[in-house]
Amino acid sequence: MEFKPLTCEDKPKVRFLVVDDSVFARKNLCKMVQAFGGEIAGEAGDGIAAIAEYANTLPDIVLMDITMPKMEGIEAVEHIVRDHPEARIVMVSSVGYQDNILSALQKGARHFVQKPVKPEALYEIIRYVLNDTVAQTPATAGEVQS
Amino acid sequence: MKMELMQPFINSLDAVIAETMGCSAEIADVTMEEGNYKRTGIAALVGISGEIEGRVILDMEMAAAQQATADIAGAEGSLSEETARETVCELTNMVIGNAVTQLNNYGFKFRVHPPEIYALDAGLQGAADTEAVVLRFETPKGAVYLNIAVRYKQRRSGDRPGMIALCP
Repeated sequence: MEFKPLTCEDKPKVRFLVVDDSVFARKNLCKMVQAFGGEIAGEAGDGIAAIAEYANTLPDIVLMDITMPKMEGIEAVEHIVRDHPEARIVMVSSVGYQDNILSALQKGARHFVQKPVKPEALYEIIRYVLNDTVAQTPATAGEVQS
Repeated sequence: MKMELMQPFINSLDAVIAETMGCSAEIADVTMEEGNYKRTGIAALVGISGEIEGRVILDMEMAAAQQATADIAGAEGSLSEETARETVCELTNMVIGNAVTQLNNYGFKFRVHPPEIYALDAGLQGAADTEAVVLRFETPKGAVYLNIAVRYKQRRSGDRPGMIALCP
């Protein structure tokens, strides 16, 4: 399937940070991102590394797993959004129960995709998140969901 | 083991195989095991703790794991065993994640631990005093085994009629 290259403001390419403890899952997501015309700004295998990598690379979009060693994705979201309220984070996890989704959104994640990831679904969600210019704070995200 | 605990894992494996490998998975055999589980190919284990506890193992014949890797990652040529292990881990993650999502939506609270790959030939230790059900699925790309050893941790009041806890 062909995808029209993603765009973000006036940047030539949308830059992604891909966070997943599985190397295989990261490779797979990176492949999708490249098919969307995006660029891999960085990769991380746990929440702690994700926080550092976000600060180093300041990506346009973060694709964040939930269940990871050292620090889980939802906690990493909280740290990243606290320091960078403009961060656009999409949770990508096989564990899609409501408590998890709500918790991630309340901490500032913008969207949630359940694995196995369908490229066309991920593409549409990223497009939506990129065009959603209203920066959600953790508090407003909670209000929306409750 | 109660069928309502197993069914989400069966449904999830079927859906994940269909989605990622583009083929069906038919149950070919079901056996009970109380001792150690001896893997047949590449196996990954996920632990579950909380109101439902235990562990689930996904075990794929090497040929099936390599074919899954090729299908999912679009890899070509000879694939290393390490790459196939990564694939099995990620498939396990998806199968268990989707299944526990269903169980969680029934109202059970628990935590899923990251998948661990096992390469032991001597057998995998099951959860203490928990019998395991081993399901063999046949796919056009090889056999896939699902070893489920989960139970209710405690009786809960107000459970759905179809989800009554029977654990002592």
